Amino acid sequence: MTPLLQVENIAKFYGARIGCTDVSFDLYPGEVMGIVGESGSGKSTLLNTLAGHLTPDRGAVRFDTRADGLRDTVTMSEPERRMLSRTDWAFVHQHARDGLRMNVSAGGNVGERLMAVGARHYGDIRASATDWLGRVEINEDRIDDRPSAFSGGMQQRLQIARNLVTGPRLVFMDEPTGGLDVSVQARLLDLLRGLVREMGLSAIIVTHDLAVVRLLADRLMVMKDGHVVETGLTDQVLDDPQHGYTQLLVSSVLQV
Amino acid sequence: MYVAVKGGERAIDNAHAWLAEERRGDAKVPELSVAQIREQMTLAVNRVMAEGSLYDPDLAALAIKQARGDLIEAVFLIRAYRTTLPRFGASRPMDTGTMACDRRVSATFKDAPGGQVLGPTFDYTHRLLDFKLAADGEVPPAPEASEGEPPAETPHIMEFLDREGLMQRDTDSKTPPRDLTREPLELPATRDLRLQALTRGDEGFVLGMAYSTQRGYARNHAFVAELRIGKVAVEMDIPELGFAIEIGEVELTECETVNQFAGSKTEPPQFTRGYGLVFGMSERKAISMALVDRALRWEELGEDNLGAPAQDAEFVLYHADNIQATGFLEHIKLPHYVDFQSELELIRKLRREATAAAQDAPREAAE
Amino acid sequence: MSPAMTQSDQDLQEDRGMNDYNFAYLDEQTKRMIRRAILKGLAIPGYQVPFASREMPMPYGWGTGGVQVSAAVLTPEDTFKVIDQGADDTTNAVSIRRFFQKTAGVAVTEATTEASVIQTRHRIPEAALREDQVLVYQVPIPEPLRFLEPSEVETRKMHELEEYGLMHVKLYEDIAQHGAIATAYAYPVKVGGRYVMDPSPIPKFDNPKLEMAAIQLFGAGREQRIYALPPYTQVVSLDFEDHPFEASKADHPCGLCGAEDSYLDELIVDDAGGRLFMCSDTDYCAARQAAGHRGADAAPVVEGMA
Repeated sequence: MTPLLQVENIAKFYGARIGCTDVSFDLYPGEVMGIVGESGSGKSTLLNTLAGHLTPDRGAVRFDTRADGLRDTVTMSEPERRMLSRTDWAFVHQHARDGLRMNVSAGGNVGERLMAVGARHYGDIRASATDWLGRVEINEDRIDDRPSAFSGGMQQRLQIARNLVTGPRLVFMDEPTGGLDVSVQARLLDLLRGLVREMGLSAIIVTHDLAVVRLLADRLMVMKDGHVVETGLTDQVLDDPQHGYTQLLVSSVLQV
Repeated sequence: MYVAVKGGERAIDNAHAWLAEERRGDAKVPELSVAQIREQMTLAVNRVMAEGSLYDPDLAALAIKQARGDLIEAVFLIRAYRTTLPRFGASRPMDTGTMACDRRVSATFKDAPGGQVLGPTFDYTHRLLDFKLAADGEVPPAPEASEGEPPAETPHIMEFLDREGLMQRDTDSKTPPRDLTREPLELPATRDLRLQALTRGDEGFVLGMAYSTQRGYARNHAFVAELRIGKVAVEMDIPELGFAIEIGEVELTECETVNQFAGSKTEPPQFTRGYGLVFGMSERKAISMALVDRALRWEELGEDNLGAPAQDAEFVLYHADNIQATGFLEHIKLPHYVDFQSELELIRKLRREATAAAQDAPREAAE
Repeated sequence: MSPAMTQSDQDLQEDRGMNDYNFAYLDEQTKRMIRRAILKGLAIPGYQVPFASREMPMPYGWGTGGVQVSAAVLTPEDTFKVIDQGADDTTNAVSIRRFFQKTAGVAVTEATTEASVIQTRHRIPEAALREDQVLVYQVPIPEPLRFLEPSEVETRKMHELEEYGLMHVKLYEDIAQHGAIATAYAYPVKVGGRYVMDPSPIPKFDNPKLEMAAIQLFGAGREQRIYALPPYTQVVSLDFEDHPFEASKADHPCGLCGAEDSYLDELIVDDAGGRLFMCSDTDYCAARQAAGHRGADAAPVVEGMA
């Protein structure tokens, strides 16, 4: 079976400083990969490099495109990459305002990707938007409200709806529950888990929160100082960590 | 019964006649001569030459006279004239190191070869209105230089910093500079185009932008390494002769600022520079230009974009030109009634529909 | 000559008297540059071609783009018409027409059917144009996405990648907020199925006329862009399937000539707020009146005050 995403020897440097290096893995359709580590571990650099926001200094990121099979997105032209990020890829930012249009209504935010790929029936667009707002548990009477009037959790759910409405195959998520209240986080994680399963999404999720990976990720990569120190099935890694740093991370989780 | 109004042509003719009368003012008062403006309003003439991008003090003075003292209007006249001039070629790059400096000051060193020469500056005047000027008071002659000859050589102060290796090096790209007045401005704009846009940009706008950098919007502390004003020869290669000849002299103001920058991933800490060059004696403009030039260099120097207006090349370059600005600003005086009519129709329609919807709603509620 | 004029002033006047203009003011090199931009524009309908706009003797924002395009296109045999708000007699139209009379010496006319080149601000003439005519539009802001995205770098990318989702988002928001698309003029269009274009601030009533037999050229001087529509290019006003575009106008006939199908100016005629609707296209109205059509408020035209 062809991997959906094939990452080979990715490295990104900032002058002499290592952002991330020697990262390789394959991701298959329907798989969720978690990348964990503390601040400065290089996980966000890695995510942004994979998603095409940063250019790697080394390595390849091959995606199984619909038309041409495996293509290296690093060497793709910018128009092609942008098209990919509007259709097959999605990116959920840590701060919802980075991933939303704050001066456009919730319905407009969700409908934009549909309109960008040619939807031209107002009623249908609005119906899709309403349906998706429902799926992310936002009341449909908020459809004409601006995101600036939403709570942090609602903004994040709106961002998710906006990203998923065109049925992408690969979703990048950067600390999707960061900065949210614990109960809000739990609800969001539940929602994400349901959507990922329903839609057969593949995802790469960066987080410092082990509870997030426990719930969402099939596989796990632990990063420290720009290197991958341990990788494997989530449950295996968390229940039986081999690397000293992983052991430290696991044991530091507060038991509530 | 409605009577359609015609007579646009006659209105314009009469307006022009009245304008000519106003320009002349009270006929009992002696008429201003172009030479008077050129000699006694030199700084206005300088500004018009700088923003008009044309070095010709007589024409600039004429433009000021025709424009009734409105300097932006005068710049407009000069720019329109400039469009019609044929181009024979370009001069060699001017060597401001050979400038015969009337004024030369440095804030970074107490003294340097060439000395600190105050020149004819307003700097240390007390801003008290001099009523003797109103009475056409005679001016006592300025004292002549008595001690020795003025120094022949006034090397650039930046050279000394450069010798120590402290200055960030500007690489000579060997490509000839492009001409902002012959090509559309496209972004990202290279430094040559940015500098051209700044030197012919509105002095007030560039001053405001420079001021913003000093007040913390992309703050970089600038030191005036050197400000020099004087005449520089203009040389041009003549193909038929096979060598260069001097075709004239222009007065220039050149300002070089020095800013510290903290080094980057690949460079140790170095001084960086800002550069200002303006026709005539135009200090405020040259210093402002140097500060804004430096702010716009953030990207090539590996600095952060702090979101300051002076760092935004698109914002600065697209709004610096006062001829473009005033043209578009003032065009809103032109008739727009066709578009306004369509807005009227639309708003009436939307309000009709909204009222109809509101009337339906209570009826539904009642049912 | 007043006694205050010095010798040097006299010299200035004699040396520099500028009496010789090239035909239509611009030098041949500049015209060549503009024509190349026009050809590129015709080759890629709706695409904004950057050009090195020259400083003209009238201010930026007052038609310099249209003037430069007309200057590049005019030949001595042409007959030139200039309208602003549909009328030949508005002050800026008069000023531009005079400019070309002075610098090009071309024949001028008010009759749309007799003109070979027509420069217009904010209207398309009511009379259908022919294949042997050129319509030159004055454009203030050529970028249809400008008010949604202020950055030029970003909007150029959006055109390059055909990323027009944002445009439709704006229309969606209008319907969500007002129940209808709230753009009355400068209504965006899709050209040849590819580029989204701003047709200049013509009322949306005029949009259907954009599919025509004449060549249409759009000049934006201050923004330094030229774009074009070759004859019979497909031009579609953006809309939604269930909120289709409407070319609407005031629901009145012309008070002077009775026309039901022309765009109308609304005038306030007395202190009580009485209104009169009349054709914005003065030539169209005059021609109809000359042919005997009469509206409810028709009166003889008289020379008004200057």
